[in-house]
Amino acid sequence: MSEATVIPLHGPRRDDPPLASGTDTEPRVESDFERRLAGGLAFLRRRLTGDYPVDEFGYDPDLSDHLLLPSLRPLYQRWFRVETIGLHNVPSSGGALVVANHSGTIPLDALMTAVALHDHHPARRALRMLAADLVFTLPVVGSLARKAGHTLACNPDAERLLTAGEIAGVWPEGFKGIGKPFSERYKLQRFGRGGFVSAALRTGVPIIPVSIVGAEEIYPMVGNLRTLARLLGLPYLPVTPTFPLLGPLGLVPLPSKWLIDFGEPIETAHYGAAAAEDPMLVFNLTDQVRETIQQTLFTLLAQRRSVWS
Amino acid sequence: MPRRVVLVTGVSRYLGARLARTLCDVPSVERVIGVDALPPSRELRASLGRTEFVRADIRNPLIGKVITTAAVDTVVHMNIRASPQDSGGRTAMKEMNVIGTMQLLAACQRAATIRRLVVKSTTAVYGSSPRDPAMFTETMEPGATPSSGYAKDAMEIEGYVRGFARRRPDVALSVLRFTNVTGPRVDSVLTGYFALPVVPTVLGFDPRLQVLHEDDALEVLLRATLHGLPGVLNVGADGVMLLSQAIRRAGRIGLPLPGMTAGIVDMALGRAGRPDYTPDQRRFLNHGRVVDTTRLKAEFGYQPRYTTVEAFDDFVRGRNLRPVIDPDRLSAVLDRILGGLTRLPAGESSHV
Repeated sequence: MSEATVIPLHGPRRDDPPLASGTDTEPRVESDFERRLAGGLAFLRRRLTGDYPVDEFGYDPDLSDHLLLPSLRPLYQRWFRVETIGLHNVPSSGGALVVANHSGTIPLDALMTAVALHDHHPARRALRMLAADLVFTLPVVGSLARKAGHTLACNPDAERLLTAGEIAGVWPEGFKGIGKPFSERYKLQRFGRGGFVSAALRTGVPIIPVSIVGAEEIYPMVGNLRTLARLLGLPYLPVTPTFPLLGPLGLVPLPSKWLIDFGEPIETAHYGAAAAEDPMLVFNLTDQVRETIQQTLFTLLAQRRSVWS
Repeated sequence: MPRRVVLVTGVSRYLGARLARTLCDVPSVERVIGVDALPPSRELRASLGRTEFVRADIRNPLIGKVITTAAVDTVVHMNIRASPQDSGGRTAMKEMNVIGTMQLLAACQRAATIRRLVVKSTTAVYGSSPRDPAMFTETMEPGATPSSGYAKDAMEIEGYVRGFARRRPDVALSVLRFTNVTGPRVDSVLTGYFALPVVPTVLGFDPRLQVLHEDDALEVLLRATLHGLPGVLNVGADGVMLLSQAIRRAGRIGLPLPGMTAGIVDMALGRAGRPDYTPDQRRFLNHGRVVDTTRLKAEFGYQPRYTTVEAFDDFVRGRNLRPVIDPDRLSAVLDRILGGLTRLPAGESSHV
């Protein structure tokens, strides 16, 4: 194309029609800045006119891709310098259930796993987390969680997501895991009642055990203000070496080095959907997933030279 | 099959009148009897066609006489009111809804000719809470049982309808749980809400909304009346939209208020002629509600023609809601800015 030789600095000619929308695919010669500006304005226009799709769960990919995930990226890349292992274990299409250990007082581990799957998986998969009901009772947090594609941790929602071929994420330790004292770091708590296993069995999707190293050290929880937490209706209120001592500054997570290991999938399809009614099998599979994650954590920790690098 | 005699309650309102009118054009329907406590407005009366209008309170035993003398075989109960305003207060509304339904069911139970009962219920029976699953199927229980207003009425009505079904197993029963119906002509709490220039919302919450276009609502009612859709059925459009999105699409200005100031929201809605803003509706604006319509689509083969967004847009267009912020003009302005900015470097080079 002869037009492609125009010096980019000059930009489009005056008689060019203005960029009609973000989906315009005409070949244009633009600087990076202009492209970003055009993208930003197109985004702004979509937001202001309400012209964006939302799925039944309230997942808003437009907001998620252009605002929520970019805001997490610096934390992922610069602060925690997250490295991933075994992303190929996550299928490029179809449903899968990601099960991971939970830690760090604030569920940053879940958010970083979502960034990992979106930015570094070849199919750029969206992680649809199954979150505690507390999340959805909170203003702002609850509606942002829905817009980011997450939903309430309950069997109907889990099965709906998995049947639709989405990647669902669960952190079965729940508050017991995320709010455990620093002294118990990397010791997995009880894995719920195995509801996630029956959801996987009913839908026949693989379970992918995920081990996250590094999140335990971001807010070392040395105490728990139980009474105050109960007053505020929270499951725990952490005391860390910096919080509440340093006030808002104490909210800055410590820059530990993270490793997210996506383990080999545990297939469930061959058991058949009826197997979900067999509690013994559900317990065994739950234990298998838990053991896999615990062993991987120990292996990774043994290889880790320092918390910070 | 003998020619049908259909009784429709609640014909003085838009959807009831439209159903009666449409039934008049169906050859297999011999008579359409419309019942309402209030006479229809003049325009609605003109549109009723050959519907025989009976002004009767369904709380009155007169309804039983109408059913037996006309040998009614199909009853379509659409007289469940959502707002106390056009019922003369909450007490009257509850009486009309619950006692009215009991009377109607009692009359139906006595009438040997009844073959089919269609009840227009609401998805409000599922309540609205942060512990709700993303979508309700027909078999799910509400996360938090509705405690007031329309939703509670609808729950009690469904209870009585189930009782009726046990006593008259020979009657084919359809309970249609409708989402909010929108469209160019239908009036509802939700359409009144979006007609406000400044729409109060709850700060920090952005519920998912699912609506149903009035044409789809009519079509489902018609099918249930003529062919029967047995059982309980969720009826709603495909897809959802967020409240914030709906406000922007309608060109309204959202006014997020902290949950504590719900009283102000009440007042604003009261000003708009909607004093029926109950705690249930407040919860609805907090958490929203979406239902699964797989049964409607798969078992009954009805695919709603409008999606939620299309149904909502049709309401906005059809009402000629004058946008406070016009999305089209906003787009044009942004385009102009965009055009101007991308042309800027070209403009500089022209000086050279």
